[in-house]
Amino acid sequence: MAGQLTIAKALNDALRKSLENDPKTVLMGEDIGKLGGVFRITDGLQKDFGDSRVIDTPLAESGIMGTAIGLALRGYRPVVEIQFDGFVYPAFDQIVTQLAKMHARALGHVKLPITVRIPYGGGIGAVEHHSESHEAYFAHTAGLRVVTPSGAHDAHWMLRQAIASDDPVIFLEPKRRYWDKGEVGDAADLGLHDARIVRPGTDATLIAYGPMVKVCLEAAAAAEEDGRRLEVVDMRSLSPVDFATLEESVKRTGRAVVVHEAPVFLGMGAELAARLTERCFYHLEAPVLRVGGYYAPYPPSRVEEAFLPDLDRVLDAVDRALAY
Amino acid sequence: MTVKSTARARKKAAPGVPDTLRAKGTDAQPELVQLLTPEGERVEHPDYPLTTTPEELRALYRDLVLVRRFDGEATALQRQGELGLWASLLGQEAAQVGSGRAMRTGDYAFPTYREHGVAWCRDVDPLNLLGMFRGVNHGGWDPNEKNFHLYTIVIGSQTLHATGYAMGISKDGADDAVIAYFGDGASSQGDVNEAFTFASVYNAPVVFFCQNNQWAISEPTTNQTKIPLYRRASGFGFPGVRVDGNDVLACLAVTRWALDYARSGNGPVLIEAFTYRMGAHTTSDDPTRYRLAEETEAWKAKDPIARLKAHLEKEGLADEEFFASIDAESEQLGLRVREGVRSMPDPDPTLIFDHVYAEPHALVDEERAEYVEYAASFEAGENL
Repeated sequence: MAGQLTIAKALNDALRKSLENDPKTVLMGEDIGKLGGVFRITDGLQKDFGDSRVIDTPLAESGIMGTAIGLALRGYRPVVEIQFDGFVYPAFDQIVTQLAKMHARALGHVKLPITVRIPYGGGIGAVEHHSESHEAYFAHTAGLRVVTPSGAHDAHWMLRQAIASDDPVIFLEPKRRYWDKGEVGDAADLGLHDARIVRPGTDATLIAYGPMVKVCLEAAAAAEEDGRRLEVVDMRSLSPVDFATLEESVKRTGRAVVVHEAPVFLGMGAELAARLTERCFYHLEAPVLRVGGYYAPYPPSRVEEAFLPDLDRVLDAVDRALAY
Repeated sequence: MTVKSTARARKKAAPGVPDTLRAKGTDAQPELVQLLTPEGERVEHPDYPLTTTPEELRALYRDLVLVRRFDGEATALQRQGELGLWASLLGQEAAQVGSGRAMRTGDYAFPTYREHGVAWCRDVDPLNLLGMFRGVNHGGWDPNEKNFHLYTIVIGSQTLHATGYAMGISKDGADDAVIAYFGDGASSQGDVNEAFTFASVYNAPVVFFCQNNQWAISEPTTNQTKIPLYRRASGFGFPGVRVDGNDVLACLAVTRWALDYARSGNGPVLIEAFTYRMGAHTTSDDPTRYRLAEETEAWKAKDPIARLKAHLEKEGLADEEFFASIDAESEQLGLRVREGVRSMPDPDPTLIFDHVYAEPHALVDEERAEYVEYAASFEAGENL
């Protein structure tokens, strides 16, 4: 497996390994069988594991989620594919009222080791409901774990760790990065909920996750030409958040800019800004700034570039942070 | 003028609905399976034969009486402020005991929040059911101990859990079946219809047991459906049957048949138990605002306990001593429930943080530590 893989292939391989390692692991979703999923993440898996392990479902998201819960109660370890971000809402009720809470309601007597894979985010020129970033809804719901890889290695190992977890995990896949290649190592080098400093720096910390990590790395590379050394932290996990790594970085650089695609208002950045301000107040040289989507429905694709944070918007925020 | 006459002409020309396709109305009672009349007469049904010993009949009577007593005690405890809320099953004892006693040990029940009689049949301690209504937990019992899942408040959600569980049974090649309880109101929910689809497509061994108690809080069944509910099944490709929900023998026979049908690889069955909720939806509800006393009175004549008692007496299957012994047991149960609820301790507030996750979660751990420290500061006098 080791070598250069696309994120899509790394995910496919992670699913394959998980199916091989545990006969109780089953995949469920729309079009995941013969078609291999609309993004081909499950390509070839039904052929090799059969249609009782890789289950093509009726087109009903609440039904997929609710029956996955039932299968988990019977001892299975379902991995659910939601076809696109905007299609998860019909399953939202099952996710927040049942999946997230059943372990607590049963005082720990039942476990729901379910992974919900959702291709999320924009930048692929799609029609509406195919580009949304809804991570804050899930991270806001106690009982769920929420993670998102930004590269192939993490895509592979985080998915395997998510499937092995005894808790429900919302696994957000940055769909615009599916075809980006990266080296996949032989083992997970971090825990599922550890953040990673992907580029060290001294002048300010860019905090990002999923699709925005690449944008931030590009911004940091561009800033270096101006003599600014930006640190980039890939959060990887949105619930729980690895605050220790974030704090350590922000205390060192004194400045933080949080970048995500979701609307800024009440998004992940709001929580990060509040907590980092509480914890790093005497180390901060500037307020924690946020760059993200606007408080508007995700726009038609011809104007999505204006909605999505890009290198310039990130650097503009860095300028503002450094101007304090 | 011209417009008006055209409209009239169109109306006149519109094709009529053939009589055979006319909705029969939700209150029609076609093919209502009954084995015991309201007068206590035993009758036969060709499709659902049932042989019972006198001991079995007496045991069913005992179930019905004790379940009603438990329910009545809980209602009283709510009125006394011991429970925050109670969802009474009064009038639905036969549907629950009949279906509950049809289950085998390996079968699994997914209840809504009113299935106290089914819980009784699964040997779940009645006091376990009261924790949620007293506010000391959200369920708390181990569902796998008695194969009785937690109560589900969001109506219809559990029908999908039941279907998924049944899909797992199929995968395991096990000889078990699942029963999913829901009400006439829940039949309108998308989840119930999705459960029908999944169960049918995957041939899952699940019996959908709809207790049509005629009212979803204040909404009558006519607000949920234009056809009798059991006929919904045919559109999903599986059998539906309507049973007299106040007839414990019919509920037993039909559910036993349905569970065996499902476990034999034939796929799901929908049972509509045609019954009546004699009390309020919950203790916070006032049914006098939306339904007529005459309706309730008419259903009283179909009381599930009275008809079995009449049968036992008529056939000489039980004597005064038996009925007195059940009454005595009922008193004991009432006492146990009263004392059990009153002595139920409040949980430690740190319960808030218990079991949010199966594995450690940094934020929960952090907030627990903060709470513990904050609470301890009161004990130490810092915050006084």
